[in-house]
Amino acid sequence: MITETLRRTPLFEVQKQLGARMVDFHGWELPIQFSSILKEHQAVRNACGLFDVSHMGQVIVEGPQSLDFLQVITSNDVSKIGPGKGQYSHILNERGGVVDDVILYCLAPHRYFVVVNAATTDKDFAWMRSHSKGYRVELQNLSELYGILAVQGPRAEQIVGDLLPEVKALDRFGVFEKEVFGKKCVVGRTGYTGEDGFEIIAFNEVLSRLWETLLVNGRSFGMLPCGLGARDTLRLEAGYLLYGQDIDDDHTPLEANYAWVVKFQKPDFIGKQALLKQKSEGLKKSLKGFKLLGGGVPRAGCGVYLDSVRLGELNSATYSPTLGVGIGTGYVNQTNLKVGSKVGIEIHGKKVQAEAVPVPFYTCG
Amino acid sequence: MANPNSCKFAKTHEWVSLNGNEAVVGISDHAQHEITDVVFVELPKIGRKVKQGEAVAVVESVKAAFDIYAPISGEISAVNESLVKDPSLVNQSPYDQGWFFKIKPSNPTEANNLMDHSKYQEFVKTTSH
Repeated sequence: MITETLRRTPLFEVQKQLGARMVDFHGWELPIQFSSILKEHQAVRNACGLFDVSHMGQVIVEGPQSLDFLQVITSNDVSKIGPGKGQYSHILNERGGVVDDVILYCLAPHRYFVVVNAATTDKDFAWMRSHSKGYRVELQNLSELYGILAVQGPRAEQIVGDLLPEVKALDRFGVFEKEVFGKKCVVGRTGYTGEDGFEIIAFNEVLSRLWETLLVNGRSFGMLPCGLGARDTLRLEAGYLLYGQDIDDDHTPLEANYAWVVKFQKPDFIGKQALLKQKSEGLKKSLKGFKLLGGGVPRAGCGVYLDSVRLGELNSATYSPTLGVGIGTGYVNQTNLKVGSKVGIEIHGKKVQAEAVPVPFYTCG
Repeated sequence: MANPNSCKFAKTHEWVSLNGNEAVVGISDHAQHEITDVVFVELPKIGRKVKQGEAVAVVESVKAAFDIYAPISGEISAVNESLVKDPSLVNQSPYDQGWFFKIKPSNPTEANNLMDHSKYQEFVKTTSH
């Protein structure tokens, strides 16, 4: 029997001291919670939360044809972002399926910083490498060098602003580079929680000091260290996708209700033809949101029924701390299922009444 | 208000406080800590006849669902409706306001195959990671 040692971020020991309960997340030993998922979730919605997302990957794309290259391998229009701006996008395969969902930051003309998911870092880099032939572009996988801290919540600007005053003037999806504790960091006004916040991409050497500084700065504002448990409840409420669970190589952004991330007016890009075809033929499945009308907690895998007809199953589901009720998303074959439709969600063998609702389930402000 | 030192404990972490014809059942402090935030509790119906070791209730946290087992056989005589409105009572007050249900015992000697508090604490120490 092969037992693999789990990878740890530089903050593992410090997090254990704070009472973190660890879990295996795609080969990484990460905190699922520090105090309580509910408390951490509420802290992000009402004050601030600090997340270590150093397991994610970073790829630098630079060179005179970096824009052309990125336009071909991603679904969104990269020409819309200039230096100082970031963008959420999907890397697609030829079938229009999602290789990964990413955030691209343009740091300078011909220089982009791409943040990719932890489980797909190697796959993404290999994919990008193989499709970069013929382009004057250089790719570097710098994932081993960097970590990321996410500061999320209405108090994030005040807390981070103490260390980085530039954030006060930063627009949503804005990005800048600055030296912090002697090492250059990339700071984006981005996040995965549905609240205002920042993701600070820093070299491993300064990560501990950054974590401690933010935690101390944030204490009087009610900031809590948060784990993957709260990260998941927050992102699902905000309608964000989880790669590998909601989208993957076999699901398209159109099916996932993320058509806005596909810019068909771009010249040809990988997946464009397949998606045009899917658009004209009509979708065979569509990701919908559901909210329980009764008590209970829906989970991934729970069947979704319209009377006795099984429409599909939930792929992401949880108890929503903000709404105080179970929520979930799932692909259903009845693509025209209207918001307000009453369905049954099968939990522990019993159908609990639920209704189709718009996603996101929660919006800030 | 149950005093853990006068309760009996099952290996599945339920406590039972025996008061003649009415035994009160809940889960231990160790259990609520392991389960983390309770967000939903499914209680048995009053009148249901249950056997020792039978799954009779469900506790849901954000991350997982857990079966709760009857520590002794008998008939469910009452359930704690407060848990429906405020499931967090299980975490906040596992031996008092977080009680789950009451059983009219059908075989009082069954409690002898349960552990007392100190044995339970030892059991938790040896089986915990």
